[in-house]
Amino acid sequence: MLTANRLVDGDVLYWKQGGWVLALKEGEVFADPAAADAALAAAQAFVTQNKVVNPYLFDVKTDAHGIHPVKEREIIRAAGPTVRGDLGKQAGDPSLRPPPRARSGATVRMKDDDVSI
Amino acid sequence: MYRYDEFDARFVAERVAQFRGQVARRLSGELNEDQFKPLRLMNGLYLQLHAYMLRVAVPYGTLNARQLRMLAHIARKYDRGYGHFTTRQNIQYNWPKLVDVPDILSDLASVEMHAIQTSGNCIRNVTADHFAGAAADEIEDPRPLAEIIRQWSSLHPEFVFLPRKFKIAVGASAHDRAALKYHDMAVEIVKNAAGETGYRVLVGGGMGRTPYIGFVVGDFVAKPDILAFLESVMRVYNQSGRRDNKFKARIKILANALGEEEMRNQVMREFAEIRARGTLQVPAEELARIDAYFAPPPFEDLKDEIPEGGKDFRDWVRTNVHPHRARGYAIATISLKPIGGVPGDASAAQMDALADLMDRFAMSEIRVSHEQNLVLPHARKRDLPAIHARLAELGLGTPNAGLITDIIACPGLDYCDLANARSIPIAQDIAARFADLDRQHEIGELKIKISGCINACGHHHAGHIGILGVDKKGVEFYQLQLGGSGAEDASIGDIMGPGFGEHEIGPAVERVVKAYLTLRKDGERFLDTYRRVGMEPFKNIAYLDQLYAAH
Repeated sequence: MLTANRLVDGDVLYWKQGGWVLALKEGEVFADPAAADAALAAAQAFVTQNKVVNPYLFDVKTDAHGIHPVKEREIIRAAGPTVRGDLGKQAGDPSLRPPPRARSGATVRMKDDDVSI
Repeated sequence: MYRYDEFDARFVAERVAQFRGQVARRLSGELNEDQFKPLRLMNGLYLQLHAYMLRVAVPYGTLNARQLRMLAHIARKYDRGYGHFTTRQNIQYNWPKLVDVPDILSDLASVEMHAIQTSGNCIRNVTADHFAGAAADEIEDPRPLAEIIRQWSSLHPEFVFLPRKFKIAVGASAHDRAALKYHDMAVEIVKNAAGETGYRVLVGGGMGRTPYIGFVVGDFVAKPDILAFLESVMRVYNQSGRRDNKFKARIKILANALGEEEMRNQVMREFAEIRARGTLQVPAEELARIDAYFAPPPFEDLKDEIPEGGKDFRDWVRTNVHPHRARGYAIATISLKPIGGVPGDASAAQMDALADLMDRFAMSEIRVSHEQNLVLPHARKRDLPAIHARLAELGLGTPNAGLITDIIACPGLDYCDLANARSIPIAQDIAARFADLDRQHEIGELKIKISGCINACGHHHAGHIGILGVDKKGVEFYQLQLGGSGAEDASIGDIMGPGFGEHEIGPAVERVVKAYLTLRKDGERFLDTYRRVGMEPFKNIAYLDQLYAAH
């Protein structure tokens, strides 16, 4: 996918068919690297027009539930801070919020494969 | 506290007007992003993960009630109703719009504040002991010197294009509360054998990817000579600091490449040259003028006792109240580390309410600490029960200053564009594990510091237990470091070994603390025990489960 920040307020944007949308789930997924590169080149026009800054491509996976960024960074960027569900894009779309983190005494413990020995 | 003179006010106002024009030119397309970026950074405006971020300078961590109310107003009007206090004694807003930033800077200027020197390769906002002017163990208030350094360094023509950013801290007590030895340059106010007050100057400390402890380049610099001496250090750095490699450009790299003796020799050569010309002495009348701004407030003659109170109050006094230089007064730490909260965050409502509290009980003054807490420097002991009661109502009465839940954490991957891993959820998880106050007291002083990347904004190198977040193929991992200290016994933490996963780092910290409780001798802090027994016993238990699983 292709993303950028809106110049005027810094909001995160996603590329969709020659323009920009605010929600990752509405953005365009490029199966073909050449198409992704072409979109990145096209996005430069918006940079030149001072509409967006810092466009770049990032990896996602798709399944029946939708689009999932591969890297944690892009998951958080698409939703908002994981520690404040009332902030960022997740504020208007609770489905973006990650499940609560396992706390002490919680049942989720991924101890075998969690440490990199 | 310091008040702007005519020059300061005009300078800041002109800077706001200049940036307003620059923003307008950026929005109209007259400036492109490459041209605009250095201009916005010179005014503290970054582009982060979700939005712009504005970093506002709080010189030497001192704020009055009027300024705190303005910070609340900005949070409410232009941001999302909160601010984040940082390890640099600054405040950051995470959601400002570019178009609003000139108005924010204008509002800040109306209360003698700005966002200059919070970014870029310049001498940054000067930090100081957050107990300055109040601490019982202080030789003299370090803030007048910090203010003189601020005035000297602001737009100094020689130092606007340094190889890299440059951070200066000032302290005045044997107990270092300002992490002096971890700064590019630090000034410690000391007395010599004759009882005269002067300055010890340290150079070459720093965190980041290559941590170093600073060393002394000036044992006892006479007061009038201090700017000449600091300028000598800056000249050596400006001439010889590396500009070819960003990662080797800080003065710590130069100082340690030259070695202590050669660094001192070069500084002394520059110092002799400047002093021979006699052009950079601090005039006594200017020193007196600035000193006067920091004159102690009119302390009353009060009984030197803290009133009785309930358990919650006694718990708070035990950790959050500290000795004051004036009889009948105390210093009170306001913890911004509630269990489950975000370290360093304060809402606009809390800031407003604190300003009222400051006016009523604390001579309208507050400090931001590098440990991401706030401090009431001048509280009457007799008022402490009322202060605590109000803080508790505001969710600001957590009795954990200096304990294991008083965790420093950078914004991490939840906000920061540079981060590799989240810091805040790790801090929250560890705080929840140790929430029981009796257990915290049993553990005693234990400073946990967490950074979400190698840049070390969360001071992990200086943590008794430090945690560094790393990215491993897109997954967050956390390295443990033990044995660091940012105090007068400064040391760099030792890396334990391979990183732990997000769900394993909290249990690993619990096992390390449990080992400490088993290993410690009477009166030993975690740090003392670690220094006595070394890494091995802690490493064995920290990785225990995983070693069994691996074999």
